Amino acid sequence: MSSKKVYRNAHEAMQGILCDGLTILSGGFGICGIAENITEEIKNSKVKDLTVVSNNCGIDGYGLGTLLQTRQIKKMISSYVGENKTFEEQYLNGDLELEFSPQGTLAERCRAGGAGIPAFYTKTGVGTVIAEGKETKVIDGVEYVMEKAIKGDLSIIKAWKGDHSGNLIFRKAARNFNPPMAKAGNICVVEVEHLVEIGDLDPDHIHLPGIYVDRIFEGTYTEKKIEFVTLME
Amino acid sequence: MPWTREEMCSIAAMELKDGYYCNLGIGMPTKVANYIPKGVNVTLQSENGMLGMGPFPNKNQVDADIINAGKQTITELPETSYFDSSDSFAMIRGGHIDLSILGALQVSEEGDLANWMIPGKMVKGMGGAMDLVAGVKKVLILMEHNAKDGQPKLLKKCTLPLTGKSVVNTVITDLGKFDILPNGVKINQAAPNVGIDEIRSRTEATIID
Repeated sequence: MSSKKVYRNAHEAMQGILCDGLTILSGGFGICGIAENITEEIKNSKVKDLTVVSNNCGIDGYGLGTLLQTRQIKKMISSYVGENKTFEEQYLNGDLELEFSPQGTLAERCRAGGAGIPAFYTKTGVGTVIAEGKETKVIDGVEYVMEKAIKGDLSIIKAWKGDHSGNLIFRKAARNFNPPMAKAGNICVVEVEHLVEIGDLDPDHIHLPGIYVDRIFEGTYTEKKIEFVTLME
Repeated sequence: MPWTREEMCSIAAMELKDGYYCNLGIGMPTKVANYIPKGVNVTLQSENGMLGMGPFPNKNQVDADIINAGKQTITELPETSYFDSSDSFAMIRGGHIDLSILGALQVSEEGDLANWMIPGKMVKGMGGAMDLVAGVKKVLILMEHNAKDGQPKLLKKCTLPLTGKSVVNTVITDLGKFDILPNGVKINQAAPNVGIDEIRSRTEATIID
């Protein structure tokens, strides 16, 4: 990796990375905090047989949902697939492999992957189908299931502000899965709403230090989409 | 008279004690927030990474980056904090949340919960529900007493895939409030003019005195 992390756009930032069969870790919750510029670039590249680790898979025709429509995804590891007809259809037809991982277990598996922890024990899922075929262990009288860490080839991340050294600040609830996913990828590409100079961010306010970030660019955004606009009655 | 959904929410809200940190599930549990008694200060956690959730926004307050776990727009409060998903579930799995209120498809007399899938029919996923029921101090279920076809939902054993085993403490239905105890299900409170015979006839689980 070069010391220069800044790229001009998604196309340049993804040069030399994309190929068939990649395991991609994606930040975002629903369509909040998703790397839409990078996703579009993956779509245009036509790479296929992707394994995507993401809490959800966007919605029909937006975010990761677009990669389902183009059938570039072979397997998803997710906690929730509701509100996405393409996902449900492809899964029920057997066109898409799906590994359910409880949301907290998914976040922790990625955090652990990035922290050099190969597996951990948790109470989540004990006595359910999630624990089937997995090692269990009783510790101090309580039963736990062992969950393995997740590591990926590529992390695709969205942040609010980032500087030229890759230090990131997220905005409000758009942070969600972005930090744990950023830590667990072999290469981490980040799109930001505002790319700023080194020194413009307060070191005490950095959410994710630049060591986790390999490539960064300022994305182009129109209006942010909202899955369910719910107003006070 | 069975309780209405509003009354069920208001009964559930009595379980929220001053100083509690609570996580409310999607759907009816979200509405419990509207019935928190005056003077009771409760902090709501949203597992996508927000502590201190405010009410739904008015038109001018809508912000795409402020959503709840149901992906609905929400507002922040002066005490709000944001964090990432692994921190959020450290709160949940580490036992720092006092109470979780969730919906259910089935609950067994041993406190097993099924609420995440119907094989061959509905695949949505468990989201954070498995982590919540395994990690929070107390689990309260809000559900209709019977399914649309009349089948009991409070059972001896769940037939649908489980979300958690022996995790439910209390169930509130349109017929009453029930405590899950080691030897069966105890009626804590019945809805007005709902008799014990009606409850027994519409319940498969063992009702204990």
